[in-house]
Amino acid sequence: MSLSLDQVRKVARLARLELAEPDLVRMQSQLSAILDYIDQLNELDTEGVEPLAHPLPVQNVFRADEPVPSLPPAEALQNAPAKLGDYFAVPAVFSDEPVSH
Amino acid sequence: MNLIELTAGELVALQEQKKASALEIADAFIAASAAREPKLRSFTLPPDADAVRAAARAVDAKRAKGEALGKLAGVPVAIKDVLCTKGVRTTCSSKMLANFVPPYSAHAVERLIAQDAIPFGKTNMDEFAMGSSTENSAFQQTRNPWDVTRIPGGSSGGSAACVAGCQAPVSLGTDTGGSIRQPAALCGLVGLKPTYGRVSRYGLIAFASSLDQIGPFAHDVRDSALGMVSIAGHDGRDSTSVNEPVPAYTKALDTPIAGLRIGVPKEFFGQGLDPEVEATVRAALKEYEKQGAKLVDVSLPHSPYALAAYYIVAPAEASSNLARFDGMHYGHRTAEKTDLIATYAKSRAEGFGKEVQRRIIIGTYVLSSGYKDAYYVKALKVRRLVKKDFDDAFTKCDVVMGPTTPTAAFKAGEKSDDPLAMYLSDVYTVSCNLAGIPGLSINCGFTKTGLPIGLQLLGAPFAEETLFRAARMYERATDWHTKRPAV
Repeated sequence: MSLSLDQVRKVARLARLELAEPDLVRMQSQLSAILDYIDQLNELDTEGVEPLAHPLPVQNVFRADEPVPSLPPAEALQNAPAKLGDYFAVPAVFSDEPVSH
Repeated sequence: MNLIELTAGELVALQEQKKASALEIADAFIAASAAREPKLRSFTLPPDADAVRAAARAVDAKRAKGEALGKLAGVPVAIKDVLCTKGVRTTCSSKMLANFVPPYSAHAVERLIAQDAIPFGKTNMDEFAMGSSTENSAFQQTRNPWDVTRIPGGSSGGSAACVAGCQAPVSLGTDTGGSIRQPAALCGLVGLKPTYGRVSRYGLIAFASSLDQIGPFAHDVRDSALGMVSIAGHDGRDSTSVNEPVPAYTKALDTPIAGLRIGVPKEFFGQGLDPEVEATVRAALKEYEKQGAKLVDVSLPHSPYALAAYYIVAPAEASSNLARFDGMHYGHRTAEKTDLIATYAKSRAEGFGKEVQRRIIIGTYVLSSGYKDAYYVKALKVRRLVKKDFDDAFTKCDVVMGPTTPTAAFKAGEKSDDPLAMYLSDVYTVSCNLAGIPGLSINCGFTKTGLPIGLQLLGAPFAEETLFRAARMYERATDWHTKRPAV
């Protein structure tokens, strides 16, 4: 199955990946080849087969609800691309104005 | 005696016999890793000589005081750069994490340290463990110690190359679709992908959470078992970590399995398998027959579809896991000043390499509204069938055997522009991850041009001990595991 350039563009937007036009074009042909390969699954009749999302039959795993120390703020922030005091600094969510970060 | 060519087991014994100190061993590997690095490029972060020597001195001091020592005392262990190491940069070979310094260590790393092993550098890999040649690293391309014009396999290529090239005696890798077994095969090593849940994934930067497992690379089966004894076991910080006792894998290694039944699936010997690889693997099976093992024809009828199912399931999980890399809390953030959404999209485009972007797009597509049933749910159904094939096979045999890879190591650059051709090098390894079963690759000979060939052993869930003992039967009768490349 082949993908249109618009479909690739839409998926890239959903995935929050800003791809330049030549990258989109290359991605389109490579993805189409991969999807063609994947399409062989349609040769298999899977009617009535239960999907298997996980190899282990794990159910919810609970632990005792005991407080334990969390990461100290300095360590939690040690990899922050930008910070303000003890906070992560991020671009404004509800604004079209570019902000400093 | 050349220390760098010895196994971990031998290095531990030498220290116990006072024939070498941990410091002497550390110095030998520090020198070798530095001297060979320009050719092999195994490390994203080479071992820190000062830290390594300090850790080695501490082991020697404990021994001098007669204190109890761990199972890997004084053994340098290289660590794939996908496992978090507290205070030590962990990059996943990605620009996204080029400056990431984790505030905690992975469970497997903690366990190694608890056994007095010496962390020995971070190894190069395909970015975020996506690839089969280690050419997808954002930083460098690792080469195969048996022929430096060839790839070491991937994604754990650095972990394989550094052990094969005697820069470290053992290492840790991760395997999502073959990323331990395939490079182990191409570099002539023993590589184990444990049963899903056997080793805690805490501190492993996730690629595909229902497939990922951590395992050791080693020169021989005993070292692989030693590595597993050290890292396996329950950890409450990973909800999929299984709370089952860990067998003493090294204990019964030399006891052959009487009446071993080896399942030989016809699907692993079909089209695409290199004739030289096939002949070598068949010769290994003959060796087993000589030792009294019985070859049983089994069928894994859905295994030809495993790769297609894998390339839906793994990217789907990856696209979700990698959504966390948004340039907000850690990782790369674009320098461009713009709004929030564009900051995400630019940061991710700048931080992720081509293959990672490709898999995020595939994963996003197969999970997107209108396509999820046709692709993702379909793949999960096929996954059930792949697992059932193994369940059926293991009623007729103890171990399934076949080639680990369809060919020996290929040339660098040969497949880098053709993602599908690259994916096909995992054709025999992915079904093991989908089913969650353990898989082991051991060296079973060389091509005429001197490239290693891997024999893959697959077992029922939690049958690691059976795999080790079966592998050891072959190893005892052959000397492939004693070969070291001239680097």
